[in-house]
Amino acid sequence: MDELTRKAYSLRRDVIEEVYLSKAGHVGGDLSVMDILTVLYFQVMDVSPENWTSPDRDRFFLSKGHCVDALYMVLGEKGFFDKQEAIETFSAFGSKFIGHPNTDVPGIEMNSGSLGHGLALGVGCALAAKMDKKDYRTYVVLGDGEMAEGSNYEAMMAAAHYKLDNLCATVDLNRLQISGPTREVMCSDDLGEKFCSFGWHVIQVEDGNDCGQLAEAYAQASQVKGRPSVVIAHTVKGKGVSFMEDNKGWHHGVMTPAQYEQAVKELEEVLA
Amino acid sequence: MNTITNRQAICDTLLAAARTDRDIVVVCSDSRGSASLSAFADQFPEQFVEMGIAEQNLVTVSAGLASCGKKVFAASPACFLSTRSYEQAKVDIAYSRTNVTLIGISGGVSYGALGMTHHSCQDIAAFASLPDMRVYLPSDRFQTACLIRELLQDDLPAYVRVSRSATEDVYGENMSFALNKANVLMEGEDVLLVACGEMVPEALEAAKALKEAGTRAGLLDMYCVKPLDTETLLAAAGKVKAVVTVEEHSPYGGLGSIVAQAIAAECPRKVVNLSLPDGHMIGGTNREIFAHYGLDAKGIAAAVQGVLG
Repeated sequence: MDELTRKAYSLRRDVIEEVYLSKAGHVGGDLSVMDILTVLYFQVMDVSPENWTSPDRDRFFLSKGHCVDALYMVLGEKGFFDKQEAIETFSAFGSKFIGHPNTDVPGIEMNSGSLGHGLALGVGCALAAKMDKKDYRTYVVLGDGEMAEGSNYEAMMAAAHYKLDNLCATVDLNRLQISGPTREVMCSDDLGEKFCSFGWHVIQVEDGNDCGQLAEAYAQASQVKGRPSVVIAHTVKGKGVSFMEDNKGWHHGVMTPAQYEQAVKELEEVLA
Repeated sequence: MNTITNRQAICDTLLAAARTDRDIVVVCSDSRGSASLSAFADQFPEQFVEMGIAEQNLVTVSAGLASCGKKVFAASPACFLSTRSYEQAKVDIAYSRTNVTLIGISGGVSYGALGMTHHSCQDIAAFASLPDMRVYLPSDRFQTACLIRELLQDDLPAYVRVSRSATEDVYGENMSFALNKANVLMEGEDVLLVACGEMVPEALEAAKALKEAGTRAGLLDMYCVKPLDTETLLAAAGKVKAVVTVEEHSPYGGLGSIVAQAIAAECPRKVVNLSLPDGHMIGGTNREIFAHYGLDAKGIAAAVQGVLG
């Protein structure tokens, strides 16, 4: 197993601990997006506690902000704060580790949580980079359910209009949302075609839980000139825990002690 | 008769500041003409962003620009800015405390004949209820310029509402201005008028007419609706029998509500709110609509006399 994949699985183990202790969070989406976050933070993006205040750092927005539980583990692993504190206080009274991204937490760019905002924030950052002739890049991770929000399409249109090749979106296409399959709730099967028709460079990643495939996609995106890129990452919701995989009940399910033990066992077997 | 609009004063102020500050950015939603910001777009194309007719994107993109150090002025008709992009203002401007000044142009019933879609009679209520959002309705071009110069100096969210048409001058070039301090335009012991925005020149004319008729009316230009200048308000209200507020807004959640709340808590006395009605409004020019609902000088003076009995 390569280092990034191992890290992603290790962080999944942390997320299970975090959501089990808090009886909160959105574990299904955490597990589907973990490889995307791991590849971005540990291979692709130039952002770390060391350059956090630098205007040249890469920018990141988790537009599907309810999966901040996963982002906390990644930022903790990256050294922005004590990961154990996040695990133990996630969603607790008075904790800064609340259920959506907020700037009291080091490593978070903006307060957010409502869906359909991240891409437009990314457009603003990418425009600012062009104005200032800076070469930092902006990355935005969206959910596929979130793509029903109309504001995304305003942002897509503007990103292409301004030829924002320094902007790279990722759709965590896990095909499930809180009410059921995205195809039944509000179909977004042809997201690639939609982005393409708006003038974006589209990169389909067949296995969005494969760190190698994701890394290749981001490498390709960074070479695209004159238009923004989107990585459509075909993922599995609940990835890595058998009873959660592709099961809408685990959008924000609460584990029993037995389920928690089972989840930990499965992830540790992968890591062994 | 002044012909220079408050929106023109905003553009002139931003043009002057942008000559030495590359971080000032103006963002519009196909609204550069109606915002009188075409000159800015022409002279500083690299500091101007056109978002097209997409007000939600206008606000969130502005927040993104601000997060990268830009001093953003986002101008769009107040009716759309305060309703269609309200969540964006709540989340990306107020909650994230970004350095964005939202400029609501053609506020109130500026687009009087275009119907309710184009009226913004709820914008004070909407924006004042957002944590960390400041709400300003400057009265004339001089105060508008002073306000914008002050807002360029800080990095906090603000909403500024201006009218489409020119308002009569209340001040002059060398007016005294302090951010978040009301201007005392007249002092009086019988009644206190508190007005904001375009209602200030009307209230001033009313106060002058009342004085000639023997009624001593004080008048505050409360351009800073939030944070309300309670110190000046209470000092003036403490001297009078009744307070009359005047605003181009619905009766709920605007200047009248905010003033009444402060007075009820600190120096209880009668507060009467002159506003637009809660309901379907007659169409016409803004001046015709003001006169119809008693928001012109004549109507304000009559209302004050009614309050004093």
